[in-house]
Amino acid sequence: MPHEPVAVVGVGQTRHAAARRDVSIAGLVREAALRALADAGLGWADIDAVVIGKAPDFFEGVMMPELYLADALGAVGKPMLRVHTAGSVGGSTALVAAQLVKARVHTTVLALAFEKQSESNAMWGLSLPVPFQQPLLAGAGGFFAPHIRAYMRRSGAPETIGSLVAHKDRRNALRNPYAHLHEHGITLEKVQASPMLWDPVRYSETCPSSDGACAMVLTGRAGAARSPTPPAWVHGGAMRSEPTLFPGKDFVSPRAGKECAADVYRQAGITDPRRQIDVLELYVPFSWYEPMWLENLGFAAEGRGWRLTEAGVTGMDGDLPVNPSGGVLSTNPIGASGMIRFAEAALQVRGRAGEHQIDGARRALGHAYGGGSQFFAMWLVGTDPPAG
Amino acid sequence: MTRRRHAGDVAIVAFARSEDRPYDEGITEAEMVMPLLREVRERTGLSAADTDFTCSGSSDYLAGRAFSFTMALDGVGAWPPISESHVETDGAWALYEAWVKILTGEADTALVYAYGKPSAGEVRDILSRQLDPYCTAPLWPDRVALAALQARALIDAGHTDEDGLAAIAARGRAGRTGTAGPPGPSPRGEYVVRPLRTGDCPAVRDGAAAVLLAARHRAPDLCERPAWIRGMDHRIEAHGLGVRDLTDSPSTRLAARRAGAFERPVDTAELHAPFTSQEVVLRRALGLGPEVRINPSGGALAADPVMATGLVRIGEAADRIHRGESRRALAHATSGPCLQQNLVAVLERDLEREEESDAP
Amino acid sequence: MPEPPRAPLRVEFPFTRSLGPVLRAFLTGLRERTVLGVRATDGRVLVPPVEYDPVTADELRELAEVGPTGTVTTWAWNPAPRRGQPLATPFSWVLVRLDGADTALLHALDAPGPEAVRTGLRVRIRWARDRTGAITDIACFEPFDSAPGRPATAHDGVFADPVAEITAPARLDYVHTAGRAQHAHLTALADHRITGERCPSCRKVYVPPRGVCPVCGVATAEQVEVGPRGTVTTYCVVNIKAANLDVEVPYVYAHIALDGADLALHGRIDGIPYDRVRMGLRVEPVWLPGGAHPDHYRPAGEPDAPYDSYRELL
Repeated sequence: MPHEPVAVVGVGQTRHAAARRDVSIAGLVREAALRALADAGLGWADIDAVVIGKAPDFFEGVMMPELYLADALGAVGKPMLRVHTAGSVGGSTALVAAQLVKARVHTTVLALAFEKQSESNAMWGLSLPVPFQQPLLAGAGGFFAPHIRAYMRRSGAPETIGSLVAHKDRRNALRNPYAHLHEHGITLEKVQASPMLWDPVRYSETCPSSDGACAMVLTGRAGAARSPTPPAWVHGGAMRSEPTLFPGKDFVSPRAGKECAADVYRQAGITDPRRQIDVLELYVPFSWYEPMWLENLGFAAEGRGWRLTEAGVTGMDGDLPVNPSGGVLSTNPIGASGMIRFAEAALQVRGRAGEHQIDGARRALGHAYGGGSQFFAMWLVGTDPPAG
Repeated sequence: MTRRRHAGDVAIVAFARSEDRPYDEGITEAEMVMPLLREVRERTGLSAADTDFTCSGSSDYLAGRAFSFTMALDGVGAWPPISESHVETDGAWALYEAWVKILTGEADTALVYAYGKPSAGEVRDILSRQLDPYCTAPLWPDRVALAALQARALIDAGHTDEDGLAAIAARGRAGRTGTAGPPGPSPRGEYVVRPLRTGDCPAVRDGAAAVLLAARHRAPDLCERPAWIRGMDHRIEAHGLGVRDLTDSPSTRLAARRAGAFERPVDTAELHAPFTSQEVVLRRALGLGPEVRINPSGGALAADPVMATGLVRIGEAADRIHRGESRRALAHATSGPCLQQNLVAVLERDLEREEESDAP
Repeated sequence: MPEPPRAPLRVEFPFTRSLGPVLRAFLTGLRERTVLGVRATDGRVLVPPVEYDPVTADELRELAEVGPTGTVTTWAWNPAPRRGQPLATPFSWVLVRLDGADTALLHALDAPGPEAVRTGLRVRIRWARDRTGAITDIACFEPFDSAPGRPATAHDGVFADPVAEITAPARLDYVHTAGRAQHAHLTALADHRITGERCPSCRKVYVPPRGVCPVCGVATAEQVEVGPRGTVTTYCVVNIKAANLDVEVPYVYAHIALDGADLALHGRIDGIPYDRVRMGLRVEPVWLPGGAHPDHYRPAGEPDAPYDSYRELL
């Protein structure tokens, strides 16, 4: 008997915002979970297990908050598993949930990821001072900006590429009712005139800090057959990690990212990702990471990813749309950001992405990464059930 | 597509735990974990390159820094990049994730490790941050206080008394084995939070553990007597202390039933009971009689490397099967205040499998 | 081996917690000396209230007022109160089922000693003088002889000026101990020398040393002095003031590969206008009296390193 094929039959997100002052932490996760259940046409009793992910517990000041959230997520009497793999955690959480179904340990699993960053301050949580170590000198963007400069030097990309990505993603977000940032008057000129925070990174090219949650209902073949809406089928999924810092580490195009993608493509039978995959939801916290990931994931040759961006290929009406949801640049509850990528990929192949739907999307890649560009999680979902 | 695997198709083939340290001598997370990985690899002959999946358990709050698990990854040798994941809880749940990974057929072997350096902080206070952040955490009830409330409820219900708890404390400290180091004192001691005395409380230690898992077709080559995982399950209860019956552990019982614990008797049980009173709760929930050997390792009372303690229980139970000292053992891990969340694994030396009719 | 250096690490933050309707009503009620519970799907009144049913997961919104008196369901005598706990003198932790409630609330009981406490003891709330809408508006419980039995009564949860959010300060104290490799590195830094460690397997030099080569997964031990000069491999210009950093913007934050090191460390560049810093710039450390690390790096006055000489370190 083969392993169980895995389908996404429900997707739910909160309305994301800088501060969701109307809800408790439980209220926040509940909002996403209820929407995912409603989308799947299921109730709490239909869920066999809950897999939950988030980034560091210091963000909310609650240690292992899944213990307190068990009641809100209908997990009492059920298994509840907590995943934490830094920024990739939203993706990893979805993959762990998918494995429970694939291995037939459980029939129907709720995967949920969240962050309520307004309970503290993300920069505080990210830069707790460690004695004897030189303090981080430059804030979050200061970590990424030197790598972006290295990419620019390597690829010879024009300085404007980052602003093109930011403008596109912020405009895409206007079509996504759940997105945190809705900058109605956004223009390329405004992006390019925004303050240069960490040269070469401008303010409008950076992600916001959000409160938000994302949930998915995963199930097998029988559950998919009963689903009131079209499922998204998981064709491949993988995680890869490499050390934080070491000689020869390629921060621009990490080997763990390449190998993670290769594993997913192998599982899914993808030999030419550029032609065979219709839409990408990539974890792009700073605009320049779009061309960097396009190369890392095999959609462009090394040094040529920016040409796809420049030519408009990654736009809503391009032939390889990237982040039609608006991406991390428009919504960033850190622990949930990866799962939102996975969930948006699922929405696309289910034809349920609303105003940011890419017509005819049949295969979509969801991508998440974290740490010092060291943790990767990806999945490829499709409209059709996987072969075999 | 590979043949579907069943619960019993995975075995624990090696276990190692560190010497438990009462205080930090400047050993980094990577330095704690690295010798254990070498030990389990050497014992089995399984190389890092031949390990298909790696999963670890630890806590940022315990370490006092965000992303603390990335430090331990330095000791793994994650190059070329590895398929890897992490749970923010006891390593027993990392073992669960790795077990599932092997059941999917995506991996044949897996490395699981966990570590805790509770000496860096006040674990009593740190664990109070697990409580509901609106009505309970602001009162800073520490973990001994919560366990003491549970112990009093047990005494009131007539399930034990202070002498009964003292007997468990004495056995726990006398019984520790092998790698756990010299036994600690076993006084009844002063009340920490009444009715719990120092002897009823865990010896909090810095420590780590590592386990190797292998699928059915690999395990016999890596280990003379693999400890087959008959079943494994975990369950969570409601969070509110006032909502639960603190004298019972229905989640442990349910997990044990799902893991197959009640199908046949076990000869050994490794219970993750940081407090003597919690062993009483667990024995009752699991229906363990006097014929079952409880915590021959000394349990959490002898050494509590927080976030590794549960994984150590599974490893110790497996090791008794490896050594031929047990035929069927139950291992238990817990998380959360007053046993809120519980995991049970049933390990067997001679697994009776249901053969598949459509096997090739 | 001498004792490694240790230093305190305080993790402290005043978390702000938004509430949602049930918790808002409960905490505002405490400010007004009113205890509210919530009615569960099975009809029980839960105090403290929860937003979601612990059995059915239903959303719970029906509030009910319970009494300020109640019965101890279990207790634990705390002879040595810890920071943040409700009372500074020895007290009893208690779970109290308030009159009209079906579940118990955790709090402290002020009693003269353990002999004065028992399960079944009747108690009442001692309200804090200054109440803000927090669980600590209940200062503690105190023994109080009264007849049990008052049932819960329906409550609409409406109060004037409801609490919008709570601030939950949290402080945890840790002691950080430097590892062996870090200790050796710090010792050298005190002499204004920068050292790394060489991997016995791949021979690469790590600066600062981590005690282990993460590529090979083996311990490093061989000390190697590197620098003092190095090459800027990449950088950014910081225009936004970072919290708790006393440096005027703009400044340059750079990755610097010290001569002899196989990976770059991070540092600030000064002694040159920020817009003239470039990849390949040769720099040297500048030490200030009492500084544990180089304060910054400045141009070394050498020609720039060619790109190919450091591209592998990028």
